[in-house]
Amino acid sequence: MRVVPLAIFVFALGLATVCHAATVRVAVASNFSGPMKKITQEFEASSPHKVVLTFGSSGKFYAQIRSGAPFDVFYSADEQKPTRLASDHLAEAKSQFCYAVGVLALWSAKRPQVELNERSLSNTTFSKLAIANPRLAPYGAAAVDVIKNLGLWERLQKSLVQGENITQTFQFVQSGNADLGFVALSQLHLQPEPSTDTYWIVPDSLHTPIRQDAILLKRGLDNPAAAALLEFTKSAKARSIIENFGYRTPGPH
Amino acid sequence: MELFSADDLQAILLTLKLATVVTCVLIIIGTPLAWWLVNTQSRWKSFVSALVALPLVLPPSVIGFYLLLAMAPDGPIGRFTTHLGLGTLAFTFPGLVLASVVYSLPFVVQPIHNAIDALGKRPLEVAATLRAGPWDTFFNVVLPLAAPGFITAAVLGFAHTVGEFGVVLMIGGNIPGVTRVVSVQIYDHVEALDYGRAHMLSLTMIIFSLLVLAALYSIGKPSAHKLNRY
Repeated sequence: MRVVPLAIFVFALGLATVCHAATVRVAVASNFSGPMKKITQEFEASSPHKVVLTFGSSGKFYAQIRSGAPFDVFYSADEQKPTRLASDHLAEAKSQFCYAVGVLALWSAKRPQVELNERSLSNTTFSKLAIANPRLAPYGAAAVDVIKNLGLWERLQKSLVQGENITQTFQFVQSGNADLGFVALSQLHLQPEPSTDTYWIVPDSLHTPIRQDAILLKRGLDNPAAAALLEFTKSAKARSIIENFGYRTPGPH
Repeated sequence: MELFSADDLQAILLTLKLATVVTCVLIIIGTPLAWWLVNTQSRWKSFVSALVALPLVLPPSVIGFYLLLAMAPDGPIGRFTTHLGLGTLAFTFPGLVLASVVYSLPFVVQPIHNAIDALGKRPLEVAATLRAGPWDTFFNVVLPLAAPGFITAAVLGFAHTVGEFGVVLMIGGNIPGVTRVVSVQIYDHVEALDYGRAHMLSLTMIIFSLLVLAALYSIGKPSAHKLNRY
């Protein structure tokens, strides 16, 4: 029967640790996996809390959260899904904020010697132009904006191929199956040696902003680690990490 | 809301077209392959059998990923097709056919293999003593006797191609009418949070698959218990 006091002691110890340090479960859009790992590292180093990251597509996370998936915080690839979760009463509307703004780049893996620019889409001869699915991916919707704003929509219709998400779009271009593609600048930053002449950073004026929002989920309401992580994401340190990965950050909160 | 949108219908028709073409191709190349596997003494036999069965265990993303690389302009398939003047195969219907043939191969070869194997040598020997030539023997002895195996093969190959998702996702490029098949369309609906349309298409798929399998199990006991292997 000596086991019982021991068990109580261990349990109490566990409880005490929980009070100080909590664990936050985070659903993160795949495109943000690089910066999120780094942010988590810094966050864990400067706080007693633990972070468990799950990467995936925002649409899938939305469905999972609606079905009761155990996430405290959601870093979406767009602003629409967090908004929708808030109106579904599955997330705290007040907590929603933009943590990163995506930068769109026109990229070719094939002709590194040719400088890409605004005129590349009308002057260069190419057979396939890869974009992310505009219905699903904000980067795809932005790419469609750019093509329309350059007045090339009719002309390029036949050349378009769609990746289900920005990662697949990147693969289409990287493998050389598509000559050109609209990808995320952050993906090019992850390449071993990005050189400036192989891609063109599309000016913001040509498309609607690619805003990525985070939100505190119902489940994370009483979790101190969840609030702390969201707060940390707004810090100067986190913002510089995010920018180093090829995103912009919104104005100070 | 109408049952299916125009896009959905287009995806359904494309899927049926793909599955039909793939099934025909698979029967044509799967039959001699299965025949060879049954009769060969080659030391390559187990290796080829393993190769044929590989898509059963590989995730479609692996097959799709390597096909995407192989079909690239500087990949082996890409170079070959460009040389033939066909261009590259990614994002085209023939590309999907090729990928689906690879992906559905074991579902066709194995039932045919089992059916031919189950015949044994006896009917062939009898046919030979009656001076039947090899083609005569095949069409008038083997084919009728092994018919349930061929039907099983065709139905499984068809159904499996209809249900294909990962490979198309990797090499398809989601082009309406060319590469956007039903499974991809469902994925689109789910990701776009359009659950109503996703339900419509998914339920159709479930009912279709159920009917196909029920029909398959009713073909006859011999092929039915072989199906348990998959």
